[in-house]
Amino acid sequence: MKIEVLGTGCAKCKLLAERAEEAARGLGVDFTLVKVTDYPAIVARGVMSTPGLVVDGVVKSQGHVPTTAAIQEWLR
Amino acid sequence: MSGDVNACGCAGTAATPAKQAGPGFWASGGWLLAALPAWIALYLVLKPLADGLAFHLLGLRPGSRLGEAVAFFAYDGPKVLLLLGLVVLGVSFVQTFISPERTRDLLAKRTGVWGNLLASLLGIATPFCSCSAVPLFIGFVRVGVPLGATFSFLISAPMVNEVALFLLLGLFGWRIALLYTITGVTIAFLSGWVIGKLRMERHLEAWVMEIPFEASVDAGGALGFSARLNQALQATRDIVGKVWLYVLAGIAVGAFLHGYVPAELLARFMGKSSWWSVPLAVLIGVPLYASAAGIIPIVQVLLAKGAALGTALAFMMAVAGLSLPETIILRKVLRPTLIATFLGVVTLGIVLVGYLFNILM
Repeated sequence: MKIEVLGTGCAKCKLLAERAEEAARGLGVDFTLVKVTDYPAIVARGVMSTPGLVVDGVVKSQGHVPTTAAIQEWLR
Repeated sequence: MSGDVNACGCAGTAATPAKQAGPGFWASGGWLLAALPAWIALYLVLKPLADGLAFHLLGLRPGSRLGEAVAFFAYDGPKVLLLLGLVVLGVSFVQTFISPERTRDLLAKRTGVWGNLLASLLGIATPFCSCSAVPLFIGFVRVGVPLGATFSFLISAPMVNEVALFLLLGLFGWRIALLYTITGVTIAFLSGWVIGKLRMERHLEAWVMEIPFEASVDAGGALGFSARLNQALQATRDIVGKVWLYVLAGIAVGAFLHGYVPAELLARFMGKSSWWSVPLAVLIGVPLYASAAGIIPIVQVLLAKGAALGTALAFMMAVAGLSLPETIILRKVLRPTLIATFLGVVTLGIVLVGYLFNILM
């Protein structure tokens, strides 16, 4: 499972990355977490407001930091 | 260029994970029924509490400089924070219904003057964070929102900030809040319109139109009430957690001005009679970067001390609407000519508005 956190490094993006990792570890799934920080790559995924969360190529959330539980729903 | 510019005025320091809401009455919003009366009660007793603290507990003399400054801080500090908390909660809740994607799709269908006007109005309510300015800009332009309307939005969003608006309403009353809104929207509308008329599309960086792009769809469509409320609560915690210190700092400066700076001095520098006060206030305000919430307490005192309304409004707009960090971020998508035009047009607009109000009021 590939989890991507899109954002240029603002505090919210870091928080999202932490929660995504926490969520994935909690579920015990096999995952790789990638932080996408450059604008062209963010835009190519169609995300307009950061931070964005992409799971296996699908945009799950953008513009806010979802709760760990919400992230786990997307990872199941 | 490095991608780690961390210049957004938006929230982010929250380290507390959001609590999970069960399906129960309290968790799904019932606590609001208890919290609201408590909020109102607290708000009502603030003034006597602050005066009691300054003049009885600390034994300061009413009318003395220190006494007035302390009483001002003890009253205004909690008051602004209370207002801020409530305002941000309400606004964040409403904003779970409005996404940049929806705004973008609304704007993509409009051309000409109406596009500019709609963009300026949507800028008030659409959640916007300056660290998202680049992806947002590209998202708008690539789905066909005209450049001018995109700028109208980018100018209006930080300047006619919904949080600032409700704070103005709470502290100054509806006249000034309305005045600020109309003025801000007008500046955003006109500036965007001018930039559109100048046909500056070729002054975008080449990659903006060349990179592969896929328009995202609105992700947060079907949330329930308690999910929205939780999201709003979390946003409130994030935002208030980030700005409270700046707000208090702003109020401390305000308290100092209130107690120690004689009214005549400010009136001389920022009053109507000095023609240079408006451009000076704007020139000082443009590079400054503060959230509107932090600048409002200072503006409040400036006004009370005899600063002209136009000058004070112009200062606030310059601080909230334009900033050095956001300009640096936008440089990634805009060539220097367009950046300079953007800064020039908006600065000019703010100065004109400042003069206008000083003449009218």
